[in-house]
Amino acid sequence: MQQIINFVIRNKNFLLYLFLLFIALGFTVQSHSYHQSRFFNSSNWITGSVYETFNGFSTYFGLSEENAKLVEENKQLRKLLFNRETQNVSALDSTQSVYTITTGQVIKNSYAEPRNYITINQGEKDSVLPDMGVITEKGILGIVENTSGNYSSVQSILNEKSTINAKLKNTAHFGSLVWNAQRYNVVQLVDIPRLVPLTVGDTIVTGGMSSIFPGDIPIGTIQKFDLDTSNSFYQIDVRLFNDMTNIKNVYIVQNNDREEILELEAETINEQ
Amino acid sequence: MNNNYFVNIIRFVLLILVQVLVFNRLNFFGFINPMVYILFLYWFPVNENRAAFIGLSFLLGFFIDLFSDTMAIHSASTVTIAYIRPAIMRFVFGVNIEFQSFRLSNSTRAQQFTFLALLIIVHHTVFFTLEIFSFANILLILKKVVAIGAASIVLCLLFNSLFSAKKE
Repeated sequence: MQQIINFVIRNKNFLLYLFLLFIALGFTVQSHSYHQSRFFNSSNWITGSVYETFNGFSTYFGLSEENAKLVEENKQLRKLLFNRETQNVSALDSTQSVYTITTGQVIKNSYAEPRNYITINQGEKDSVLPDMGVITEKGILGIVENTSGNYSSVQSILNEKSTINAKLKNTAHFGSLVWNAQRYNVVQLVDIPRLVPLTVGDTIVTGGMSSIFPGDIPIGTIQKFDLDTSNSFYQIDVRLFNDMTNIKNVYIVQNNDREEILELEAETINEQ
Repeated sequence: MNNNYFVNIIRFVLLILVQVLVFNRLNFFGFINPMVYILFLYWFPVNENRAAFIGLSFLLGFFIDLFSDTMAIHSASTVTIAYIRPAIMRFVFGVNIEFQSFRLSNSTRAQQFTFLALLIIVHHTVFFTLEIFSFANILLILKKVVAIGAASIVLCLLFNSLFSAKKE
């Protein structure tokens, strides 16, 4: 007994080191196999408010640029609105619409790591919940992964763990959008069968099959495509419309029918 | 003594803020984010309680992790260099560190540089191995260790010459 105690005392630094290292590795491995940790992410109160405070200063420098972007987008939307043939009144009734939109601002963005997360200044109090889609005026950005009262952390499409349903705009063949962690302006579309005719420059949009994103949100254009190792599917490099390095205003999309869809899908699987 | 604690606390907070608010957003060439918070371990007094040092380093890494959504990779690599720091110091400075009067500022430029470089290389190797987590991508790991390591060393040296205590 005495010897054991002596051993512990003699090696207390080493044991402390091992203990802390195992805690750290535990968190890390857990996140590799599953989601980002529930508690240790930048959507919590401390980090959220630090980022928000400093973001308050830095936003001023890009105000005019942001304004120009928003005006440009308004112009697009006005054009759509004025060119509609019939004025659909029910579309203005928010209780009947499938998708609800919330706006938010990015307070922390990263794109240099293999697993990038974005923090935005909207949280549960603004009824932002996990698994909502996040888009910008140019294209998709990611999926909300964790939320706290006032902030939420978004799994960027520049994240090795992200898979998003996407399709070719002109043929509607769909596949999964993933990222190989190489370049921040190029993501990969996989699982498109080789019989599909492709050309460089084709537009890729969301597939609308995931109950997270509505369909037909722009993602990017085909930059180059190759057959994968099995020779039966394409591996497509997609150049993003979004400049992932410069994002300020975002829209959070909530699918009001999501629960119903998930319930139905779960029932169908159970019956098999 | 009290002054020493105070300086270290200030350093701790400032280095975290500088790291997450400035250097994590640098993205030089698209991927180079130097890690200057390692200076905390470089500057930390030599003859302080070692257990406390390891604990503090873990906390430092953990805060950086919280801010940058990297799970606990920073903590793991920081606690590793905190643990092996005495071994590195013995290697670099020889028996000098056994004396109470040893100070970093009394050693030569070359020794300081080797010490800092070793800390950063070990840290970055552990960090990017854990971050990328696959030996299939060993070239990517090497590329990141070399490029970001070089950037970290340059910036740490700059910060060191700006903020270190004056030689008397």
